Amino acid sequence: MLRAENLAKRFGGVRAVQDVSFEVAAGTVHSIIGPNGAGKTTLLNLLSGIEQPDLGQIFFDARALAGKPPHLFAAAGIGRTFQNLQIFFNMSAAENVMAGGWLHQACGLAAAMLRPPRLARAEQRVREEARGLLELVGLGRWADAPTEAMPYGALKRLEIARALAARPRLLLLDEPAAGLNPSETREIDELIRSIAERGITVVLVEHNMKLVMEVSQRVLVLHEGRKLAEGDPREVSEHPAVVEAYLGTEHA
Amino acid sequence: MSAAAQPSASRRGFLALALIVALLPLALPNNYTYEIAIVVGLNAIVCVGLNLLIGYAGQISLGHAGFFGLGAYGTAILAARYGWPPALSLPVSVLAVAALAWLVGRPVLRLKGHYLAMATLGLGIIVSVVLATEDRITGGPDGMAVPPLWVTGEKSWYWIVAGTLLAVVWLAQNLIDSPRGRAWRALHGAEIAAGAVGIDAARHKLAAFVLSAALAALAGALSAHYAGFITPSRASFLHSIELVTMVVFGGMASTLGAVLGAAVLTTLPQLLAVFKDYELVALGALMMLTMIFMPRGLVPTLEKALDAARRKPR
Repeated sequence: MLRAENLAKRFGGVRAVQDVSFEVAAGTVHSIIGPNGAGKTTLLNLLSGIEQPDLGQIFFDARALAGKPPHLFAAAGIGRTFQNLQIFFNMSAAENVMAGGWLHQACGLAAAMLRPPRLARAEQRVREEARGLLELVGLGRWADAPTEAMPYGALKRLEIARALAARPRLLLLDEPAAGLNPSETREIDELIRSIAERGITVVLVEHNMKLVMEVSQRVLVLHEGRKLAEGDPREVSEHPAVVEAYLGTEHA
Repeated sequence: MSAAAQPSASRRGFLALALIVALLPLALPNNYTYEIAIVVGLNAIVCVGLNLLIGYAGQISLGHAGFFGLGAYGTAILAARYGWPPALSLPVSVLAVAALAWLVGRPVLRLKGHYLAMATLGLGIIVSVVLATEDRITGGPDGMAVPPLWVTGEKSWYWIVAGTLLAVVWLAQNLIDSPRGRAWRALHGAEIAAGAVGIDAARHKLAAFVLSAALAALAGALSAHYAGFITPSRASFLHSIELVTMVVFGGMASTLGAVLGAAVLTTLPQLLAVFKDYELVALGALMMLTMIFMPRGLVPTLEKALDAARRKPR
């Protein structure tokens, strides 16, 4: 479904990602792990068009996407959440999710201003759908809340509901459990499973190894911007290079 | 903030505005006060459009007086020099200004950051210089006469401007609550996340900019036919700053705030003659005080205070 070929990105002198290739099969949960600064978030930014790779190509269903702006990645069917929250704080929780569904709400400027009955009915459906997604992520009671008043854990889940509203076929989750307590992490675990059950392919960047081992079918290990290992969770956890990197023989 | 985005709340606000506009003539004793009300209405039309750009799409224009002036001179020149009927010259002038805004905005809005502010600042200054120097066409600093619309008289003009303002407010409120309005607000809230859900930042910023320029041109064109005489002063940089101050003072991301901001900042200098010589100083002071004491602006601050007061007794 997704194929990354020889991706490379450098920021000044720092090689954030170098020569990373991998493939994500449809219907799987594919995790990307690695120590801080391994290039996980940069890789996710490349896969969602937020950063442009210096080298390499990204194929999504055989469509070449590298170098295209982010909104075309979204239109192709790639959604994502952000580790450092990117909430529309000028809108309510429900409106955040409704805005997430923009791609399915085509509406001309004239129609937007005149609000014909057709649009009013469509908006009603959009609102109901947003409520459904908020229920799914466990935020039903926050629907009309100003996002400024919502706790951190709730905003992390709002990110997921907003991404789902775009009906992605591939969802990139950037550390959805970071900063959450164990019970909240279990909820995210269940949420990721239910997303996968809906037939959405997931790429998960996560620090929490327990979560990664439980939900993913395949794991990619990054270290200093390079691919260190790839395989199913058990293979990877026993891989000597991974053990060494994680147990921290503190080399630069 | 989010309360203003609820359809029911904005509908109540619209009805309140309609009521005020309908009843206001009872409180206007003479032609002079009518004239002030008409100027308030024209400025309010510009501010509602400018607020779509600043308050919702999150872009700043420092040249909206330029679009106002071009709208005014466009219809004036077509009607006075080429003999077009105002019913034709007015919409053509507005469309021409929209086209110009599109041409200027398209390259600039592909860039991230506040380049639009710089570009419109430059454009506004060019416009005011050209209007003042091309005296064979524009009459230069002395201004030029403009043929009247089919109506004349303060009272008729009051209803034309009032009707236009209400229509513009209604359309703007619909827009804000539509998928497109959400896309604009999303860009303002978190541009990266907006891109990640498929919102094309450059395209939507451009649409907001062109629409707001067209509304400024519409108000300018109406003001030209109303006044019957125009000078380049209304296209000046100072007037652009005045318009931005109205929006910021009234409340960004609040359509009614834009109207109220226009009303307060248009009437106060008329009522307090003291301001005449210190207009620039007063504007600067007002902008600073707004930013320090109510950064959200007048209407959103009042809304929040009312909301808090309503919740207290429970």
